Amino acid sequence: MGDWTTVTVPALPSASKNTLLNTSEKKMCPSSLNMQQVQHSPLPLSKSPHSSFSAFCTDENVEQCVSYLNRELTTLGFPSLYSECNDRELNVVSIINCMNELLILQRKNLRTQEEVEIQHLKLGSDMDHLQNCYAKVKEQLEASRREIVGLQERDRQQQCKNRNLHQLLKNEKDEVQKLQNIIASRATQYNHDMKRKEREYNKLKERLHQLVMNKKDKKIAMDVLNYIGRVDGKRGAWRTGKTEARNEEDMYKVLLGGYEHCQKQLLMENAELKKVLQQMKKEMISLLPPKKQKPKERAEDGTEPVLSDMEEDAVELNKENMWELSCETVREQLTNSIRKQWRMLKNHVEKLDNQVSRAHSEALNDNDVISREDHELETEKLELEIQQCREMIKTQQQLLQQLMSPCDDDTSVLLQDCYLLEERERLQEEWKLFREQKKNFERERRSFTEAAIRLGLERKAFEEDRGAWLKQQFLSITYDHKNSEHVKSQSAFSGSSEPDNQLINFRSRHKKPHFLSSVPMAEELCQTVQHIAHNSNSSTVLNKTTEDSKPKQWKGINKPEAE
Amino acid sequence: FSPSFSIDHMACKRTNPKVYIIASCVQYRLIVRDVNSLQILQLYTCLDQIQYIEWSSDSLFILCAMYKRGIVQVWSLEQPDWHCKIDEGSAGLVASCWSPDGRHILNTTEFHLRITVWSLCTKSVSYIKYPKACQHGIAFTKDGRYMALAERRDCKDFISLFVCSDWQLLRHFDTETQDLAGIEWAPNGCVLAVWDTCLEYKILLYSLDGRLLSTYSAYEWSLGIKSIAWSPSSQFLAIGSYDEKVRILNHVTWKKITEFEHPVTIANPKIIVYKEVEKCPRVETESLALPPAKAQASSLFRIQSKYDISQVPVSLQCVKPVADRANPRIGIGMLAFSPDNCFLATKNDNIPNAIWIWDVQKLKLFVVLEQLYAVQFFQWDPCQPRLAICTGNSKVYLWSPAGCVSVQVPMEGDFQVLSLCWHSNGDSMALLSKDHFCMCYLE
Repeated sequence: MGDWTTVTVPALPSASKNTLLNTSEKKMCPSSLNMQQVQHSPLPLSKSPHSSFSAFCTDENVEQCVSYLNRELTTLGFPSLYSECNDRELNVVSIINCMNELLILQRKNLRTQEEVEIQHLKLGSDMDHLQNCYAKVKEQLEASRREIVGLQERDRQQQCKNRNLHQLLKNEKDEVQKLQNIIASRATQYNHDMKRKEREYNKLKERLHQLVMNKKDKKIAMDVLNYIGRVDGKRGAWRTGKTEARNEEDMYKVLLGGYEHCQKQLLMENAELKKVLQQMKKEMISLLPPKKQKPKERAEDGTEPVLSDMEEDAVELNKENMWELSCETVREQLTNSIRKQWRMLKNHVEKLDNQVSRAHSEALNDNDVISREDHELETEKLELEIQQCREMIKTQQQLLQQLMSPCDDDTSVLLQDCYLLEERERLQEEWKLFREQKKNFERERRSFTEAAIRLGLERKAFEEDRGAWLKQQFLSITYDHKNSEHVKSQSAFSGSSEPDNQLINFRSRHKKPHFLSSVPMAEELCQTVQHIAHNSNSSTVLNKTTEDSKPKQWKGINKPEAE
Repeated sequence: FSPSFSIDHMACKRTNPKVYIIASCVQYRLIVRDVNSLQILQLYTCLDQIQYIEWSSDSLFILCAMYKRGIVQVWSLEQPDWHCKIDEGSAGLVASCWSPDGRHILNTTEFHLRITVWSLCTKSVSYIKYPKACQHGIAFTKDGRYMALAERRDCKDFISLFVCSDWQLLRHFDTETQDLAGIEWAPNGCVLAVWDTCLEYKILLYSLDGRLLSTYSAYEWSLGIKSIAWSPSSQFLAIGSYDEKVRILNHVTWKKITEFEHPVTIANPKIIVYKEVEKCPRVETESLALPPAKAQASSLFRIQSKYDISQVPVSLQCVKPVADRANPRIGIGMLAFSPDNCFLATKNDNIPNAIWIWDVQKLKLFVVLEQLYAVQFFQWDPCQPRLAICTGNSKVYLWSPAGCVSVQVPMEGDFQVLSLCWHSNGDSMALLSKDHFCMCYLE
């Protein structure tokens, strides 16, 4: 132990220096020996931690140890152990802090160590797992390789079988061919034999024929009682060249007759078919769209001139068919035109199909999922609506049933009573309304009548006043005709009412010419009064009561006129 | 309609085409009867057993051929005293027929050595050498002007066209057939159909002047044409072959326009299938009186039958032919067009119980009649689309577009209808059994 310490202590200062070098790159201390010593030194420290506690610092080398520790700590970045002012005194606080820091460090290091160990374990387990996987995959690979090999084997076997079957088939075909050949050869052989036999037979027949002919016995005869006439009654004709020619002619006539008959039928058929084709063509033309300007479809652009061609052809063909020609060109034209029309129609139909399918696909592609969802939503909504409607219908039906079905008389009577009551109430309300209105109307009428009465009274009063005033005027005029000014002034006084003004005007007009005679003046006055009364009557309210008063007696002449 | 029964008769009978007379022969006697009353009008005696009788086209003469003796006797209806006998002598006689003008008789000698044309008005004889020994070797046109004769020289087939009026050889040409099996004129007289042996499917069409118009061959190596039929308007030629198909050629291009198949199963619901169904009436043994009267006995055991419409799909009875025999019973054996050109009746020998009726306008199968027994013979009514069928039992079956009916022939004993023959006016028909015949009158 002592050796250890002696070794370490002298090395310490240099070690601290080196560490200083290591930590701060300012000073350079080239001492390799010291380095070596430094390298050796930390190991014994770590190996024997417990012994080092006591081995490091003894009573003798306390200061050295402290200084060493200070150096180490300062190099590590800890605050100095010594106090600031005095280098020998130890700063307890800083020591404690340093110790605390060291403990913290130690704990951190332990933690990190634990973590590292945990990671290490994890990695180890991962490794194991991966290795297992690898082993499995390797097994699978092996298995699949074996499978492949097996399948290949099977494939080979199947191919072999296939080849065998092909071979068998070929063999069978060859056999069939062979048999056919055999049959053919046998047939020829038989034919040959048959011919040979036939020739022999013919020879025998010839022989026999000769014998028969040579016999010339009487038996070969015909015994007829009498000749019988021919069917058509004519005599038998000699066989001459003419008859031969005639026969040929007849034969050809018969043939020609047959052919003509055939041809007639065929012509009729052809004509009918042509008609049908024409009709078809016309219908096809009508089916196709008349004019289109779609830049996409070239075919349609091409149809316009073609259509016009077709129409021309149709016109031509119609003309020609009327003549019932059946020459090649007409036929070809017709068939070609029909074919063209048919192609156009087909294109048109295909185009329509494409459009429809495109529309479908577009609708589907654009909102593929969404449309479905929409569909579903809509269907759900519709279903709900349907349910609601159904419920409504049910309730309505129930109500209707309730209404329609009179369960009891009482209830029906009650119901009826209810209705009657309702109606009665309604009617009563209406009556009330009517009565109120009636009252209102009556009130208004009364008020109107009162107003009319008042008006009448007022008029009366007014008339009386007027009459009195006129009297005065008249008197004043007759007495003081000179004082027209007075009159005017008087008239000025009572000049507010209209009839007065009118009277005045009349007076002023009539006054000058008619000055002389008073009677005619009076008459004129009377006339004017009449006029005025007339005017006043016309200007006042029409509803006049017939309550004539006495003061208007002198106007008795006026009244009946006026009224 | 009321069938009537008659006395024993043998072999053949013929219906006079114009006049309402029937001729029937019994052994060596020729009996001429009135159709409506079946009264004997004339009775002739021939020298030997008559094998074949034929009316002349103007219905004035009947020829009776006796093949064994090689004699043909001709009788006149108007003059019972008139007689004519044609003796072929040692040449023998194989076939005999009238010419269309009713004044010549064509005799085919034995071994088909030659055809002798005997003229009744000039008593002259002509010989035609090397006639072909086939079933339909001679064909007359419908109007009776021309005759086509199949010949074979040096192992090659030829056709000779004769003018019937003076027997002048009009045309003589060879055909490209291996072994001519038959010839037939079209009803319009312009086209001659020539078909080859059944070993090769080939049909040739020649025009009246001998030009080859067209050939048609459906397939190779299998058995070929079995029967053909012209439509009455000459528009179609129906060819029935051994492969159970009927091919229709049209007269304009002579190309096949359609093929009719005769499958065993009919699945198309638009086709009506009439099936003959038997109903046995119950016999009450208690009420039987012994011995039972003849009429009663026959009616007791008479089996009723009627037609039922079977539901489609229907499976028909099929007969598998013996494979290693010649002339197997397969293929379309009989073809006939209805006189109005609307229907075609065919019989497939594979399915012998059924008759197939095709609609010519639509070229589709129209009706299938399924019988209980194999169909022996059928013939269209010459005037309307009515088909009479006999299957070898004692019933005759009639079909028309309105429906079909099965009629029992009321006869004592067993009357097995083997063949039938319509009268030319379509009112009546003669039903033939092995040695009896009876008349059937239709209303």
